[in-house]
Amino acid sequence: MVEDAGHLESGTSLGSGSSPESRRSFLGALLSVGGLFVGALLSVPLIRFALFPLLRRTTELKESPVGALTEFSSLTEPMMRTIQIEQVDGWRKAVSEKAVYVTKDSQGRLRVLTSICPHLGCTVPWNKEKDRFVCPCHGATFAADGTRVSGPSLRGMDTLETSVQDGELQVRFQYFRQLVSDKEIIG
Amino acid sequence: MHSTDKTDKDKGENGAPGLPQKGFWGWLNRRTSLDNLLRTALYEPIPGGARFAYIFGSGLLFIFISQVITGIFLALYYVPSADHAHTTVAYITKAVTAGSFLRSLHAYGASAMIIVLFLHISQTYVYGSYKGRRELLWLSGCALFGLVLAMAFTGYLLPWDQRAYFATAVGTNAVSEVPWIGESIKRLMRGGTEMGTLTISRFFVAHVFLIPAFIFALVASHILLFRKAGAAGPVNEDPYHPKQKSELFYPRQVLMDLSLTALLIIGLGLLCFFAPMQLGPPANPADARYVPRPEWYYLPIFQWLKYWHGSAAIVGVLVIPTLLVLAILALPFLDKSVERRPWKRPAAMGAYVFVAFSLVGLGLRSQYLDRHDSGVAQQLAKQRAEEDEYARKPFEPELSSASLVAANVTLADPLAAKGKIIFEGQSCNACHGDGGVGTAAAPALVGIRAKFSPDQLAELFKHPAPKMSAGGMPSIDLPPDDLKALIAYVESLK
Repeated sequence: MVEDAGHLESGTSLGSGSSPESRRSFLGALLSVGGLFVGALLSVPLIRFALFPLLRRTTELKESPVGALTEFSSLTEPMMRTIQIEQVDGWRKAVSEKAVYVTKDSQGRLRVLTSICPHLGCTVPWNKEKDRFVCPCHGATFAADGTRVSGPSLRGMDTLETSVQDGELQVRFQYFRQLVSDKEIIG
Repeated sequence: MHSTDKTDKDKGENGAPGLPQKGFWGWLNRRTSLDNLLRTALYEPIPGGARFAYIFGSGLLFIFISQVITGIFLALYYVPSADHAHTTVAYITKAVTAGSFLRSLHAYGASAMIIVLFLHISQTYVYGSYKGRRELLWLSGCALFGLVLAMAFTGYLLPWDQRAYFATAVGTNAVSEVPWIGESIKRLMRGGTEMGTLTISRFFVAHVFLIPAFIFALVASHILLFRKAGAAGPVNEDPYHPKQKSELFYPRQVLMDLSLTALLIIGLGLLCFFAPMQLGPPANPADARYVPRPEWYYLPIFQWLKYWHGSAAIVGVLVIPTLLVLAILALPFLDKSVERRPWKRPAAMGAYVFVAFSLVGLGLRSQYLDRHDSGVAQQLAKQRAEEDEYARKPFEPELSSASLVAANVTLADPLAAKGKIIFEGQSCNACHGDGGVGTAAAPALVGIRAKFSPDQLAELFKHPAPKMSAGGMPSIDLPPDDLKALIAYVESLK
């Protein structure tokens, strides 16, 4: 902005020479420095504006409420819950629904499993009769806490990151890479 | 090249300094002759010496460059469509770091442009600087004036808030008052009979591509023509053959010009920081009570148009403005006298005072009427209150259309709603995507209704075609009621 105006006048007078010139070259130097300084000052908001994605999160997966902790206190088998996932993408957001299972690990702590099969991504339902998660696509089975029992899956069902806010269970829904033995977040 | 190294010819005349002849600058200069360019730019003679009266032109250039830069940056986040324009401007204003400041700089910059432009034109007119073989200089200036007004008009719509929408609706409506072709021009500007997303596209293209291209070209011509004709100097100078002792543009005039630039930076900076430009609630075309008001610089025209209705409209909308514009354009051709002193040009000064007072008077009249019509004043106050209220709300992201499709389906039909649960329970969405939008693993089911009847679907679900099975589609074994619900859901996907 101003530096353009500034440069024009400034760059001129770094010249050396006789004394009538030296006052002008001092002025030129002053204008160069001043122009650069004001230009730098004016570019601060421009830089902050352009670097916004570095300064703040512009894409974000919000935590989704699953339900009050009290609802899960007497859990005897995995309980399916449909959660609303809010994905912020700049100035827009996408809201989608996903099924998750609330269950307990071997120590009795609450654990939330994604219902997406780690094998090829089918939705895995809980089979009460067999006391197992049984994937309808290729028959992978998992125990009530999500650990792998049998079938083509290379790992157990994926647990989701949880937290508790004001007595409510929150979960951060994520997708994981399929067909690998280690859990790897993909988005 | 070698001769340049030896001689001293790059050194300025009049003891004027240039770039150093040694080192990097010397090398750069030998390759580019940058020195000549600088000297041409800076050592322009001004008859009668530097004056504060001449500072407005470079002030305009500064604001123009500022508008270009802030405009480019705003385009990082802005989306020109009726669906997203307001959301993205709200995002800029409320979420993006320094966004409110930059947007304010761009919006207030437009007002500053109009003010400095008015001063520049006034100075040229009062000083008679259009005289003496400066017809093209004057004409290019007139064209630039028109283009700046067009920039202000097209840019005003882009935020797509209530104020912008209704002001532009009125502005484009005024065009339709032009006889015969008015309605067509209006439709062309709007991209249809009504204001809508095509209007934004058109205004955006004009504001960002077309008009700036013309402005760049005309600014270059304007400066070129100015340098060709030379600075006109003070009012007692001969416009054809300047006789007074001249002073170079650099340094005194440069410093004076920079003082205006500094004033603009400080003034705009403080204004944008302490009183940022507000964004009102999104445009609601159905709001029949909204009282539209243009930006302050369009108030005189707005008020003027109020006086002309019915059969007389052609006089006020077409005849008088056309005559005025023609008179302004023809000025340097009509007024050939070498006399530049304002007090010796009573007719010219009278016309200037008359036009200036009329503009100010019309603007004030418009304000006065608004304040004294209690209905209008009340509504305007209400609109301002709504703007304040909207400005205080935090930014709310726009719900993407995919989410809306998914949400709408659940409401439509209870059978389809049950089908949706089955669709997800049976993991159909794992491959076909949420709402059947399709994924890499399986095709979209959206719009499948057009291809298969419910019976055909039931058959395919039980016995998938070989190609489907090969892709991993299992056969679906469901109780009849569930199957019916699933089919209802799949058929409902649009």
